[in-house]
Amino acid sequence: MSFRYEMRLSGEGGQGLVLAGKILAEAAAIYDDRNATQSQSYGPEARGGASKSEVIISDGEIDFPKAENLDLLLALTQEALDKYNSDLKVGGLLLADAENAARIPEGDWRVYKIPFIGTARDKVGRAIVANIVALGVIVKLSGAVSEKAAEEAILARVPRGTEELNMEAYRTGLAIGEEMAG
Amino acid sequence: MSTSTKPKVRVMSGNEACAEGALAAGIRFFGGYPITPSSEIAEVLCYRLPAIGGRFIQMEDEIGAMGSIIGASLAGAKSMTATSGPGFSLKQENIGYACMTEVPCVIVNVMRGGPSTGLPTMAAQGDVMQAKWGTHGDHPIITLTPNSVPETYELTVRAFNLSEKYRVPVILLLDEILGHTEEKFVIPESVEIVDRIKPSDPPETYLPYKHTESGVPPMASFGEGYRYHVTGLAHDETGFPTNNPAEIGKLAERLRRKLDDARDDIVDVQRVECDDAEVLVFAYGCTARSANQAVLEARSRGLKAGLLRPRTMWPFPDREIHALAQQVKQIIVPELADGQIAHEVEWAAKGACPVKGFGRIDGQPIRPVQILELIEEASR
Repeated sequence: MSFRYEMRLSGEGGQGLVLAGKILAEAAAIYDDRNATQSQSYGPEARGGASKSEVIISDGEIDFPKAENLDLLLALTQEALDKYNSDLKVGGLLLADAENAARIPEGDWRVYKIPFIGTARDKVGRAIVANIVALGVIVKLSGAVSEKAAEEAILARVPRGTEELNMEAYRTGLAIGEEMAG
Repeated sequence: MSTSTKPKVRVMSGNEACAEGALAAGIRFFGGYPITPSSEIAEVLCYRLPAIGGRFIQMEDEIGAMGSIIGASLAGAKSMTATSGPGFSLKQENIGYACMTEVPCVIVNVMRGGPSTGLPTMAAQGDVMQAKWGTHGDHPIITLTPNSVPETYELTVRAFNLSEKYRVPVILLLDEILGHTEEKFVIPESVEIVDRIKPSDPPETYLPYKHTESGVPPMASFGEGYRYHVTGLAHDETGFPTNNPAEIGKLAERLRRKLDDARDDIVDVQRVECDDAEVLVFAYGCTARSANQAVLEARSRGLKAGLLRPRTMWPFPDREIHALAQQVKQIIVPELADGQIAHEVEWAAKGACPVKGFGRIDGQPIRPVQILELIEEASR
């Protein structure tokens, strides 16, 4: 069976989860030379409401672009965690925000409670980069994209002038991941 | 003629690929009104078109947007609009006008759940009959149905080319999943481009609706010295209204014939594992992706399944369906609609085999396993 990795990044509209999904897909497809799809689901609201981005990375063709057998679920809100955990496979990685998605549902998963938003706000200095902190953790814990590919994809995608901030968020995420894995 | 860009791997959505395809095809005018899930098409074109000397206008509504692309095309600009269900409904009257006046233009409908405002952020395939019959009266029209980001680019170019070649509106039917899913894609270095035939007659003897052998009259652009009458009323070769049954008949006959004669140039299907198939799946757009996965999975389990996928939906690939209907035990038609295409397939199969529709209209996509189960059932 060729390599296939399915991720769902969930939270609420405005948290930059679709951007994080795009960056992961670009890292895999452009810099790691694999196939990747990113698809999204959101409500009719401009801000708020449960939102998710799904990324599939594969060495083969990707037909159905929706995740059905998740290797990894990121949840930044309790609502998203409750709504989107059903497809996480046994032994899958659950990364839940320690403050905002603290009630972990029953499941046979590898669970990590991480203060993504708190870290972005208090350590990196801007809550808005919680998505990139999470991306660093995902890269480290999943191994689905290379660290270098993710770094290049972030730099190619974030607004000019925010590169340093985002790199700081990314490195902070990698360090958290390293600590968790250790 | 070709356009060129640097070959570069990109990850882009179907909507972005549609805008890129339009640019490659030579679009010079976009008139639209934003609506989810199509808005990214307008978003890309609103900054890319002015940069190449084209025009982008956000109109007061979808009716005006459709009117604007007809006017721009009459002035010689390759034109497009993009919308979704509610906007597509509003455009219907002017789509009929474009059919009757034979004005080339491309209408993109990124389908979402309906009726009415329905499900703005969820995929559906419920506008497929509207694409054919949404405007009143018998009328020629072409509808293309891609199923991936690269193919959305390819078929957007083809939509422009067919529209120019046959002087008909061409509808590109996407859906929310195709419009918003991002995939790996390398923009081709060049594409084939077709331009409308211009008149060789001088303005004094030009007949704008001449009954030519091909059925497609040469088209003068306004502003180039040709002055002629354009009306949605039945008209003769001069473009002026007529109530003469003989003239009306000639017009109706030519409008029908120009696409009938070109049927094999326009109809385009992909066949996957069809040669020895015993169970056939007929699916298009996002649902065809699930169907493809299901067919390959069925094959790996030793089941003789095949997929017939229309890249052109209208004119309908009835002969292609009929040929396979005589070979297979059953045709399964999954769609994000309540039997719209299943009924067409049944008509095309003409009783040669049973046709089983599988519709889903709750905003969710049909999963590969659901189609696989139907294949297994039909194979027993």
